[in-house]
Amino acid sequence: MMQQTGIIQERYHRQVLLKEFGEQGQQRLAEAKVLVLGAGGLGCPALLYLAAAGVGTLGIVDFDTVSISNLHRQVLYGTEDIGQLKVLVAEQKLKAINPDINILTYPAKLDTALCLELFDSYDIILDGTDNFATRYMVNDACVLLQKPLVYGAVSRFEGQVAVFATDKTAVNYRDLFPQPPVEGEVLNCAEAGVLGVLPGIIGSMQANEVIKWITGMGEVLKNQLYTYHALYNQHMTVELSVVEENRKWMPKNEQEFLSTNYEWLCGIGVDAKEIDSKQLEALIAQEKLLVIDVREEGELPAITGVQHLKMPLSGLKEQLHTIDADTVVFICQSGKRSLQAANWLAEINTRINIYSLKGGVLHWKTYKQ
Amino acid sequence: MELQITIFGQLTDITGSSNIRIPAVSNTDELLAALKQQYPALGTAKFVVAVNKKIIQGNTALAANSSIALLPPFSGG
Repeated sequence: MMQQTGIIQERYHRQVLLKEFGEQGQQRLAEAKVLVLGAGGLGCPALLYLAAAGVGTLGIVDFDTVSISNLHRQVLYGTEDIGQLKVLVAEQKLKAINPDINILTYPAKLDTALCLELFDSYDIILDGTDNFATRYMVNDACVLLQKPLVYGAVSRFEGQVAVFATDKTAVNYRDLFPQPPVEGEVLNCAEAGVLGVLPGIIGSMQANEVIKWITGMGEVLKNQLYTYHALYNQHMTVELSVVEENRKWMPKNEQEFLSTNYEWLCGIGVDAKEIDSKQLEALIAQEKLLVIDVREEGELPAITGVQHLKMPLSGLKEQLHTIDADTVVFICQSGKRSLQAANWLAEINTRINIYSLKGGVLHWKTYKQ
Repeated sequence: MELQITIFGQLTDITGSSNIRIPAVSNTDELLAALKQQYPALGTAKFVVAVNKKIIQGNTALAANSSIALLPPFSGG
C-alpha cells in the first residue's frame, strides 16, 4: 500500500509541486466526478488531460463508433479502432494512461431523460458535443440541475470556450444565443470543415477550466466567452451578462424539460413538407396557391415563371398572421430559410397546406431551363 | 471616418473578410441597418454584437474608436 501511494505521488509530482495546486489540488481532483459529453474532437484531448491529471471519476457519453474521418482530430483513436464504440476504445486508452481512476462509459445517445439521470451524480459537465440540439438540451439541463458546464465549440479555424456557473449572477448559453439556429442555418464540422489541431487546443482549454474549477486555482471563464482563431493566433475574451428576457425560452422545471423536443427546435425531423421543383410546377395549377420568397431584399436571382410575394425572413414572423391561402410554398435561395419559414407558419396555422421548395430558387432555375 | 468591424466564424462567408470597414454611424442600430444593406444575407444570419468586448443588449452608442465584433454561434465538437 505504501509503495502504491508512493507511485501515485510520483505520478502527480510535477503538478503537486505547484504551490497553487499542491497536495490539496491533487486530493480535490481525486474526489471529483467529471462527465464528458461527446468523445470526439473536443472530448478526446479533454479526456486525455483529465485522466492524466488524476480526476477520480470520469464519465464519458457517446453513442458513436470510430470512423476514419475522425482520426485527424480525435486523437484517442487509431486506425485499428475504426468501427469500435468510441467510449470503449477511450476507456481502454485512458486506463492505460492512468489505471488509478474510475471510468464510467455510457454508449447512448444523450436525451432529456438521460441528462436528468446522469448529470446529478457528477460535479461538473464538459460539453464536447457536435450539434445545437444537444448543446441547448445540455445547457438547459445544467441550469435546471445547478451543474457547472464547461462549454467549448469549434468551426473551421475558430473556437469558443466559456464556463456557465450556477450562482444567480451566472450566465448560460441562452444569455448569449437565446434560441438555437435551425438545421442547416449554421454549418457543422462535416459541412464546414475543421483544422484537426483546433479542437485539440479548445478541448485542452476546457480541461484546464475543469481543473481550475475543481481545485479553485486561478480564474475560470465565468460570464466570459473566449474566442480563438488558429490562423492568426488572435484571441478575444468578451463579457457576457444575464439577459432575463432570454430565460423565457428555457424549460421551467424537469417536467417541461422532459417534454421539450430539442431536435424539433433545431428543425430536425420537422413536419413541414419539402417539395421539389416538379411538384411545385404541379401545384402552380392550383387556384389558391400562394408562393412566398423569403429571401432578403436584393437577393438574386429573381424568381421567374411563378407569381409570388416577397416576405423577407427577417421580418416574416410579424407578417405570418396575414398569410391566407389553401396552399403556401415558401422559397429561398437553397431551401433552408424557406424550411424555417414553413415551420414557423406550421406552428401557428394547421389549416394551410405548407410546403418548402427543396433546393430553392437555384433548383427551380435549373429545372426550368 | 470609418468603423472597423471584426467578423467571426462563418459570417465571413457573407462579408468575404474577417475585417470590414463601414462609414461611421453613431449607434449599433444604425450599424446593423448599414451592414444589412451592404450584406443582405446578414439579415437572416444569427449573431451577437460585441462593443468594446461586451455583448450588447439593445441599441448601444458607438464611438470612432469602438471595437466592434460580430460573433455567430457554432456547434462543432
